[in-house]
Amino acid sequence: MTGALPTGVPAIEAVDVSRTYELDGVSVPALRGVSLTIDPGEYVAVIGPSGSGKSTLMHLLGGLDRPSGGRLVIGGRDVTTLSAPELATLRNRTIGFVFQAFHLLPRTSAVDNVALPLVYRGIGARQRRDRAAAMLGRVGLGHRLDHRPNQLSGGEQQRVAIARALVTDPAVLLADEPTGNLDTGTGEAVLELLEQLNAESGVALVMVTHDQEVAARARRRIAVRDGLIRSDTFHDRPLSGGDGGPATLDPAPSAEPRSASGSGPGHPSGGSGGAAGATGRLPRTSGGPERAPGPRPDAETGSGGAG
Amino acid sequence: MRLAEAWRVALDALRANRMRSLLTMLGVIIGVASVVVLVAIGTGTKQQVERQVEGLGSNLLLVVPGRIDVGTAPVVSPLDLKDVDAVSRVVGDPGRVAVTVASGATARAGARSDFTTVQGVLETTPQVFTRSLARGRYLTGADVDTSRRVAVLGASVARALFPDRDPLGQQVALAGVRFRVIGVFTPLGQSLGVDRDDEVHIPVTAAQRLWGTQRIDGIAVKAPDRERIDQLGERIVAELSRRHPDTEFSAVTQQQILGVLGDILGVLTGVLAAIAGISLLVGGVGVSNIMLVSVRERTREIGLRKAVGARPRDIGVQFLLEAVLLTSIGGLAGMALGVGTALLVEAVSPIPAAITWWSLALAFGVSAAVGIVFGVVPAQRAGRLDPVVALRAE
Repeated sequence: MTGALPTGVPAIEAVDVSRTYELDGVSVPALRGVSLTIDPGEYVAVIGPSGSGKSTLMHLLGGLDRPSGGRLVIGGRDVTTLSAPELATLRNRTIGFVFQAFHLLPRTSAVDNVALPLVYRGIGARQRRDRAAAMLGRVGLGHRLDHRPNQLSGGEQQRVAIARALVTDPAVLLADEPTGNLDTGTGEAVLELLEQLNAESGVALVMVTHDQEVAARARRRIAVRDGLIRSDTFHDRPLSGGDGGPATLDPAPSAEPRSASGSGPGHPSGGSGGAAGATGRLPRTSGGPERAPGPRPDAETGSGGAG
Repeated sequence: MRLAEAWRVALDALRANRMRSLLTMLGVIIGVASVVVLVAIGTGTKQQVERQVEGLGSNLLLVVPGRIDVGTAPVVSPLDLKDVDAVSRVVGDPGRVAVTVASGATARAGARSDFTTVQGVLETTPQVFTRSLARGRYLTGADVDTSRRVAVLGASVARALFPDRDPLGQQVALAGVRFRVIGVFTPLGQSLGVDRDDEVHIPVTAAQRLWGTQRIDGIAVKAPDRERIDQLGERIVAELSRRHPDTEFSAVTQQQILGVLGDILGVLTGVLAAIAGISLLVGGVGVSNIMLVSVRERTREIGLRKAVGARPRDIGVQFLLEAVLLTSIGGLAGMALGVGTALLVEAVSPIPAAITWWSLALAFGVSAAVGIVFGVVPAQRAGRLDPVVALRAE
């Protein structure tokens, strides 16, 4: 499914990446040398207070911005060597974005919103609609294809945005405070959906958040502060309990420290991220009914959307 | 992004802001419509004048004292009927020579009166100029020779003086002298706002007596063929110059008159089109303005589109197409409005209007070009937006 990536290649690799903004002739460093590797299928939370540089990091990882220094390779391509159009194509093929504010096009139906990335891939209208409709089905909105954003609840809108992010089969799903505009119940449902898709499709899920509780669901947590990575650690998922999350599936090393420099192949072999990436979209074997691949039942989605 | 897709997106964007799109288009619509209408009126007037000059009769040579040119003062004519005889000898056929001595006069019939142009003419006038009668007969040689007080009325004069009875055989007082109506011309219509049916023909001899003069204002000659018309003109001018050494004479053909009139009307049409073009330009500025607003308003949309893979070019093309679509639709609507208005003007007003394909093509081409020219800057601005900044926009 993450066809853009050859096996064994990290989804994203950053080496000593820095980003400096020029404000009225004054250089303001937002990132001061960050190194990390995101492997296919990983579930990573990037956590830090506002102003820590985590948004800048997310923009860089998503290819929306270019580093001022260091090396950044997304989907096997060094972004510093790419032109603006090439970078746009890279984003289209490799990255899916989910934003706090949803960023759906108003006056545009759910299915057309989801199909938007396919427009820039030059795919014909019929195939676009088919793929977008299928993707909406996977996020539980198969019955809401022609609804417009203002006819959908917040949770449903974010599901549309998630479908849009995934319709291109990206290698990485970047979610920037995906639950920030949602109430707790709806946010929980959206997080579960993201985790489910991460587990099913092998897309790496990188979630930027300032919410410790949300971050605690991820098995890898990267803490950013003052433009530097303060910690990069692996965890079991104490907060998610026994709901069959990835942590309970694999005997992952608990709280294994990972150097901030994130050098090379330092990721744990046999870790859930690596395994998911290697095995692609293999359905999970031990899941309950909720974990079944394919579209979730509408009833459940409805309750999730309504929040 | 495929181009068809870009068109659809642009069209959707215009639909989303119907009122604004319509108002923006209005500038273009008015601009294009005024170009079409004004050019149609200019062209129509020119065609009408050309038709009328040609309608005077073929191979016509007008001989007048002075020089025929734009901006020259009229000259008091030294010509008299003896000069007309001399010209007839040069031409070799008196039937091809017509004269006029004209003056404004009040025509009265009973209680009605009409201020009109009274022309003293020879019986040859209908042959030299192509004129036909609706009723009665024209002047005869005998009428001229005997200064008979008979008159042929233009259609307007006949209508003004005898609205409810047959003018034939009736009496008309011209400058206080009574004339008998023997004929009525078929109507000619208007030319450059002048009513060509507002005239009365009487024998030149009677006219000279009426005004107490021997003067002839001008001589018209119908040349036997087109080839020798210039040569004939030269010979007539030479003969008249010999007889009146102090006066300059001119012989002009219809082609020369057409040329002069065509130049004047061409300039007029051009000036009208240019004025209308200014309004089109203003419409274009409006399009540019609205597109800049649109880019600002949709900054987040641009950011999102870029995030999901739109290249700068895709965004630029989208906004450029939007501008071109605005002006093209406006241009088409303006063409329709312009054609409709021109047809209406032609149908219900005395102003002639003729629609030419080139004015339509020009107006549409210019409006589409305006869209491109005034759409480029906003489109480039949109294409170059930094996606990070754009996504954060409020």
